[in-house]
Amino acid sequence: MAAEPTAQESRSRDLDKLLLRPGNLVGPNFEPGPALRDDLKEYGRVLVVGAGGLGCELLKDLALSGFRKLEVIDMDRIEVSNLNRQFLFRLEDVGKPKAEVAAKRVMERVSGVNIVPHFCRIEDKELEFYSKFSIIALGLDSIEARSYINSVACSFLEYDSDDSALEETSKPMVDGGTEGFQGHARVIVPGVTPCFECTIWLFPPQVKFPLCTLAETPRTAAHCIEYAHLIKWDEVHSGKAFDPDDPEHMKWVYNEATKRAELFGIPGVTYSLTQGVVKNIIPAIASTNAIISAACVLETLKIASGCSKTLSNYLTYNGAEGLHTEVTEFVKDKDCLVCGPGVLIQLDTSITLEKFIDLLKEHPKLLLSKASITHRGKSLYMQAPPVLEEMTRSNLSIPLFDLIGKIPKDVVHAIGTTTKNDKKTSCLRKLRVVFKGVDGIADMDTAGET
Amino acid sequence: MTRDMIRLFKVKEKQRELAENANGASHVKKQSAGELRLHKDISELNLPKSCNISFPNGKDELMNFEVTIRPDEGFYSGGTFSFTFQVAPIYPHEAPKVKCKTKVYHPNIDLEGNVCLNILREDWKPVLNINTVIYGLYHLFTEPNYEDPLNHDAAAVLRDNPKMFESNVRRAMAGGYVGQTLFPRCI
Ligand SMILES: [Zn+2]
Repeated sequence: MAAEPTAQESRSRDLDKLLLRPGNLVGPNFEPGPALRDDLKEYGRVLVVGAGGLGCELLKDLALSGFRKLEVIDMDRIEVSNLNRQFLFRLEDVGKPKAEVAAKRVMERVSGVNIVPHFCRIEDKELEFYSKFSIIALGLDSIEARSYINSVACSFLEYDSDDSALEETSKPMVDGGTEGFQGHARVIVPGVTPCFECTIWLFPPQVKFPLCTLAETPRTAAHCIEYAHLIKWDEVHSGKAFDPDDPEHMKWVYNEATKRAELFGIPGVTYSLTQGVVKNIIPAIASTNAIISAACVLETLKIASGCSKTLSNYLTYNGAEGLHTEVTEFVKDKDCLVCGPGVLIQLDTSITLEKFIDLLKEHPKLLLSKASITHRGKSLYMQAPPVLEEMTRSNLSIPLFDLIGKIPKDVVHAIGTTTKNDKKTSCLRKLRVVFKGVDGIADMDTAGET
Repeated sequence: MTRDMIRLFKVKEKQRELAENANGASHVKKQSAGELRLHKDISELNLPKSCNISFPNGKDELMNFEVTIRPDEGFYSGGTFSFTFQVAPIYPHEAPKVKCKTKVYHPNIDLEGNVCLNILREDWKPVLNINTVIYGLYHLFTEPNYEDPLNHDAAAVLRDNPKMFESNVRRAMAGGYVGQTLFPRCI
């Protein structure tokens, strides 16, 4: 006799149609069946970056799409102005960390899902933290934060000796973004699709008003706010840095902007406009967040399960006049310093930095003369300016292997000049250095002796 | 990208469990694209003798640095003016933040050190670089302009009475008062 479906079974009924049955539009290695559904629950670990308007949607959608192991990271606390669209939050939550409340609310509503909140900055976490996730979903409103997560995710990517990306080291990202009635959803698979840095030009630089306009001839409410933020703040608080995340600071700027607007007879300064101008935020619309999140989570499910081809690779949505969606397939920049393979160079552990710089001159793929070398933000050798040349000169006689901390393989960057069609051009190159005879864990005792 | 990644995640999860038992944290690798581009800018600086760059935080901390300008012509000839540069991780998507550390009587620099230079604000483009900015700052001292005032009084004097402006600049640089404001000596 047929049993009534349990609540759990009926909840996953639609998902089962995707995961348990074969189809014509599925990915090449798609293997439908209960094992896939169970593996998704067990091994599909997704990190949601941001617990704001988009982050709340992402968490809810992921939980309802069969993902069980979720984590969320956000450094903000809930403000009253969030409540209209960040639907997981209530009035009594104001002042509490967004990540914690969002995790709690989704867990209350969706049984079986576990969400670990992280109330901190994304920079506070070690690389290991990010390495454990299958997919990273981004619900952010800043270029800086996207660029940071992108560089972290791409840092896991490794290439083989033929400059082919190793699939198993690629950390996929699904990135959503909304501004008013517009939004985008994109899939970033490092080594396969362009990374955030390959296409950073897609984000127009922020409009900046000339300081003298702010000081002399303000014409708009935004001018008054920027005057208070950029000029008046320093005049009054000598040396104290403005913190956009401190509500007291924001209120101060709002009050000063109001005074200035009255002086010049300019209408329209409000607290939320002040926040918007100072933090460069365009008012969010709940339905745009919902649409973009739905697209992002569907892609997350598709990447994880292979149940259908993924978006390739950038969706734009515009609901301002009529409704337009468009998918564009951007191509990656093969020379991208963040996700590209760079140039592979094999070296003996005894090669000094000076010798290494000489080698770059002859390397057929580089022909790089007068190279300056950096490693993870540290200057190993700088040809110029003289003050830095002097500070780094003593490194020239030290083996490169020692300078980079006796790691068997790593990335260094070289800046120098090449000659192309009889024209000298300066360039910045990524180099993958691999040391011969050092495998896995470096042998600290013998490494320096060869 | 169409493949079943969940099996990959499964393998990785198993590997991770093993690795966690085997040894602790691996090294951290974080270098922003902005930092790389800044290194390039710095290594390619081509400054006139009158400009000098220094790195108060040492050779491994280049995102914050100082530039000293000693104009050898114009109203400000003989003075020494220091600027701090703060470069963001998304440089050159965003212009460096530049402030004048030396209190100066100048139409385009206010007493807090804010600088009105178009390429630092509305006209910044990612193709510009640190060299361009330093030349732009140098230019402010050889060609101060009253049309983009940040110091309103100085701008008005420059416009209406260049002779008086010149003597005000001299007085300020020697360490004296202009109006109610005392300027430190910078010659
Ligand atoms: Zn890239």
